[in-house]
Amino acid sequence: MAQTQSGAEGMTSLPALLHRNATQFGDSPAYREKEFGIWQCWSWAEAAAEIRKLALGFLEIGVEKGDHIAVIGRNRPAHYWSMVAAQMVGAVPVPLYQDSVAEEMAYVLEHCGAKYVVCGDQEQVDKVIEIQENLHQVKHILYTDKRGMRKYDHSQMNALDDIMAEGSAGHARFDTELDKRIAAITYDDTCVMLYTSGTTGKPKGVVLSNRNVIESAKNSSEFDHLTRNEDILSYLPMAWVGDFIFSIGQAYWCGFCVNCPESADTMMTDLREIGPTYFFAPPRVFETQLTNVMIRMEDAGSLKRKMFHNFMAHAKKVGGLLLDGKPVSFGDKMKYALGNLLVYGPLKDTLGYGRFRVGYTAGEAIGPEIFDFYRSLGINLKQLYGQTEATVFITQQPDGEVRADTVGVPSPAVELKVDDSGEIHYRSPGVFVEYYNNPDSTASTKDAEGWVATGDAGFIEESSGHLRIIDRAKDVGKMADGSMFAPKYVENKLKFYPDILEVVLFGNGKDRCVAFINIDLMAVGNWAERNNVAYASYQELTSHPRVLETIKAHVEEVNKSVAADEMLSGCQVHRFVVLHKELDADDGEMTRTRKVRRRFVEEKFHDIIAALYDGSPNVSTTTEVTYEDGRKGSISATLQIIDAAVVPAAQHKVAAE
Amino acid sequence: MLDSFEGYVTEDGRKIGGVVMEMKNITLRFGGVVAIKDISFDIREGEIRAIIGPNGAGKSSMLNVISGFYVPQEGEVWFHGAKRPPMRPFEVAQQGIARTFQNIALFEGMSVLDNVMTGRLGYMKTNIFQQALWKGKAEAEETENREAVEKIIDFLEIQHIRKTPVSRLPYGLKKRVELARALAAEPKLLLLDEPMAGMNVEEKEDMSRFILDVNDEFGTTIALIEHDMGVVMDLSDRVVVMDYGKKIGDGTPDEVRNNQEVIDAYLGVSHD
Repeated sequence: MAQTQSGAEGMTSLPALLHRNATQFGDSPAYREKEFGIWQCWSWAEAAAEIRKLALGFLEIGVEKGDHIAVIGRNRPAHYWSMVAAQMVGAVPVPLYQDSVAEEMAYVLEHCGAKYVVCGDQEQVDKVIEIQENLHQVKHILYTDKRGMRKYDHSQMNALDDIMAEGSAGHARFDTELDKRIAAITYDDTCVMLYTSGTTGKPKGVVLSNRNVIESAKNSSEFDHLTRNEDILSYLPMAWVGDFIFSIGQAYWCGFCVNCPESADTMMTDLREIGPTYFFAPPRVFETQLTNVMIRMEDAGSLKRKMFHNFMAHAKKVGGLLLDGKPVSFGDKMKYALGNLLVYGPLKDTLGYGRFRVGYTAGEAIGPEIFDFYRSLGINLKQLYGQTEATVFITQQPDGEVRADTVGVPSPAVELKVDDSGEIHYRSPGVFVEYYNNPDSTASTKDAEGWVATGDAGFIEESSGHLRIIDRAKDVGKMADGSMFAPKYVENKLKFYPDILEVVLFGNGKDRCVAFINIDLMAVGNWAERNNVAYASYQELTSHPRVLETIKAHVEEVNKSVAADEMLSGCQVHRFVVLHKELDADDGEMTRTRKVRRRFVEEKFHDIIAALYDGSPNVSTTTEVTYEDGRKGSISATLQIIDAAVVPAAQHKVAAE
Repeated sequence: MLDSFEGYVTEDGRKIGGVVMEMKNITLRFGGVVAIKDISFDIREGEIRAIIGPNGAGKSSMLNVISGFYVPQEGEVWFHGAKRPPMRPFEVAQQGIARTFQNIALFEGMSVLDNVMTGRLGYMKTNIFQQALWKGKAEAEETENREAVEKIIDFLEIQHIRKTPVSRLPYGLKKRVELARALAAEPKLLLLDEPMAGMNVEEKEDMSRFILDVNDEFGTTIALIEHDMGVVMDLSDRVVVMDYGKKIGDGTPDEVRNNQEVIDAYLGVSHD
């Protein structure tokens, strides 16, 4: 790895990139936000002016070099500006998950020692004030939305607008200091600190330098030929590394426009209005959209329905090939063009993908049917594999080599190796500097040569050079008979059914596997409506005999397909329960990025697991739940345990050969 | 009583001003039925004033007297220091009084945005022909009013249903749209007829928040009728209690809560 000191193309920090964008193409749009029903727009020059005002404001309230500034709020230009303004004054921005409850937030705020907090609204301010009662470290709280804030004690509190106004009024006093601080930023200074949600243990603060962010942004932008004409929709949590790289790293490197939705509830409408050219979403978003399309098609008239199914079948046949640039017969091409006019085009517009040029899904495995559905419409959806510690990119799929079952080839400048135990390691310019105040964890994750252990098990396919992920390395175990236990493999197969939202498989060290299943309220609720199944609550729906029957059929189908895999045939689901509550991050059962915390779930529901193994026909349980405002309550239920048919393992085949 | 001085300061430090509306010895009859019997009370600027009472106590009738929909047979209504003559509803609206209804009265087939826009009708000066032509003045006027409406949509957090027909909305949201329409008229006095009726706990909390925010942000005087005692006691500055058309209590929530007559009306008295 060449260690440049001058930065990529002479650019050593985000403020430097901002300056370049504002001077070279100051009139192009940099940020849009929908407010009061209209898309408000800021050009790069305007954004640069706003950010400078904010940085002056930070100086005014006394932000020192090296201070941490926490940012808690939804995706809004002002919050992105706060982060860049923080960098300008030599401070470190720390975006936090806005839906965290106060105690989670307290840990992170204390750990990074943030003296300044930028809050989106009153709700976040209230949380910070609650935390401050025990913490006493926050010097100043800033807020974006003034609503409901009038009655608060403002001795240590200010609206972001107000400090911007004060900062720019006093610019004569602070200009020199600000320019000095901007000039002092080096390529290896901290750019941002992001807390990983962590499927186990406490969150860790990942320190990323300007080098990490700029090199990763540069390499990945070149990989997909991103230009300054892209439009992206920023709706994913700001605390997540992906949003930081897409909405700040790549946006500043390429100079493209970041569009912020009006509110979390309007995201789908805003997506349609913007029609992003470059898009990122976890599989869940694509799944939900596909479920919506299917539900609406079932309610549509018979002509529309016939047209949809006819052309979708054709798209399935040739759409993917066309997108990959493979040869397709003339007749098929013509039919596809007609389909584009009648079905695919309007459908893409409705989904908001009319201008979609390139996009990624990551974070979880995506169902092959779902993936192929979008690809066949001509939407260039690809997969990538990444981590906060890698500044996102480890592997990505190049255009023309996109498959549902791999995560692609190593990203530019990334070296990859798989060790003897099957764990994936990587080394790249994006490799994080350290875990903040946690040298032990840093040492156990990153070795002296800069190789980082991902904690995921996988292998590189000989034929294509693509990486395939099997599971979290720690989750892969052995059954009592010594065969392999890879829960995610089975869980994903089950989750591909629209009725099933979440699955947790147990069986490590046991003689057979059992599972918890969460139904998808939207899909099952819609089914219930169409079939005149009455229910009063989620809990009642989960225990409805016909729902259980459907889920049982899904499990048995999956068992058949699992049995066909020699290595994993032991992972068939023998018994399962449909849980009476959705697994939820507020209850600690999932991370904020919606990954199941297996160990926690295992402990919390140990009584249900015991019942699954001891053969009892049902189990009564009481579960503690946490409401959004942090209050606790409990729900009790008697869950029915279902036995699923299993297929005798593939040993017969081995014997026959 | 409070009548002896101009204004007072609430527990949470809000300054309440002078009398905006005064009801003097109101009696309202429907044929032989006496709905309201000789009731007097006032509403002060910037306060949240609740009218409570058991079913059939005459609360809604009282609200209709305030809104000018019913004209009482006896008594006087004083508004901003002047005696109010009998008025048609639109004249009342022009005076700066807006209301919501117990059983939602929205235009079901119209979108949320259009419904809220109707709240601005009092501010539209162009005639039907100008609006049909959609040139110059009419267009500018609509833009101006749309801006005011969008601020209210933002305030009540209903952006996601802006274009949704009202008939497709759940009950709780319809109530919020109704509040939005009333607010669009920028009223000085807002009358809410059972704003929380039929809502679940979460919806009630949201609605309470909005009512407090409206009062706080816009300084709107609010008079409301409500059944949920918890809500009334939390929200209001002063409460009038009615029973069988008579006023049986008037004062701060604490005073009312400890008033024996009120307790009897709500819990009943034994007849031995």
